[in-house]
Amino acid sequence: MALDVTTIMKVAAFAGGGFAMGMGAVGAAIGEGYTAAQANLAVSRNPKISGDIFKNMLVGQAVAESASIFALVIAILLLFLEVPTSGYIQAASLFGAGLCMGFGALGSGIGSGFPAAETCLGISRQPSVSSRLTTNMLIGSAVCQTPAILSMVVSLLLLFMQFKGIPFQPGWGAVIGAGLSTGLAAIGSGYGGGLAAGASCEGISRNPNTVANVTTIMLVGQAVAQTSSIFGLLISFILIFKSFPETQALSPAVALLSAGICMGFGGIGPGIGNGQAAQGAVRWVARNVDHAADLMRIMLVGQAVSQSTAIYAMVVSLVLIFVL
Amino acid sequence: MAIEGADLIKAAAFLGAGISMGLGAIGPGVGEGMVAAKACEAIGRNPKEAGLLTRTMLVGQAVSESTGIYSLVIALLLLFVV
Repeated sequence: MALDVTTIMKVAAFAGGGFAMGMGAVGAAIGEGYTAAQANLAVSRNPKISGDIFKNMLVGQAVAESASIFALVIAILLLFLEVPTSGYIQAASLFGAGLCMGFGALGSGIGSGFPAAETCLGISRQPSVSSRLTTNMLIGSAVCQTPAILSMVVSLLLLFMQFKGIPFQPGWGAVIGAGLSTGLAAIGSGYGGGLAAGASCEGISRNPNTVANVTTIMLVGQAVAQTSSIFGLLISFILIFKSFPETQALSPAVALLSAGICMGFGGIGPGIGNGQAAQGAVRWVARNVDHAADLMRIMLVGQAVSQSTAIYAMVVSLVLIFVL
Repeated sequence: MAIEGADLIKAAAFLGAGISMGLGAIGPGVGEGMVAAKACEAIGRNPKEAGLLTRTMLVGQAVSESTGIYSLVIALLLLFVV
């Protein structure tokens, strides 16, 4: 029984599609479940405004859902798209697209649940500022979705790029590594961005006058938390667009795969850590707005230190790509 | 296409370096973030001690960083020495 290119491509596309939707469903479901749980709590505290809370819960859950809808789109494309058979590397690239979107939806889905949940609780605490809270929630959870969108961009590139003439060895390592790099790094940034957004919704409900300061520091904190997923995107782009000389040896391909794994996992921790730092700063800006400048400064210093390991991971990835 | 022994060893060293640095970066990243969050909380509660708290935060983070540096050292050893 001979396995031709077409068969291998189908195998890779179906495996990738299953992985994308399977993993992609995890994050959004957790985030939405957390939102619904806190919405129940909020209704029990203040049953009179259950309509507002219910409406807000649905809006928040809809935003969290988008991460898994991205995964659904990629999975359907992988199942039904007729990709021209241009060699085994195309099969590796289809599988890489599935890996990227599957992991990439995880963090954003969970992260978007936090602002939605805190907004439901906040509305039960301060019904008068519900529209302000919903606006802040939408801004915060939109930023949470960016890592998932970056993953979708990389997945679509891997789906639609033509790899004609690019050698399978070491190209397979580059395309799978590209998928892993952005996909895994997106987990941390999505989750971390959610922590910051959740704290800001909680803070506004406790002290509505601080909304300008709180939203600003939330956005700064989230932006720093996004950097690790942008490092992942950078490594993915290098792996996709750089041309690598053909070789018979295994080690160059593994070096490229390993560069993606290194940057991907390396981005998870700093993304979450930066989000935690932003969460602490945002929460306390709402409680002690007079010292917002001090808090912003210490948040940025703390985030910079937490970011260092992502930079080590990027250095090792770049060494794996360019030096070895 | 036969894979030679030396090639396989090199491939394993590259993969090991990536996994070492990648997974090794998770712990310090999360841990240092926790330190920064608590430092923000502490400054929010007691802004007068901001200087002392910043120093404490940085020393604590530096200790937490050490495992990340071990991972980096092992990754570089795997890439260039072994």
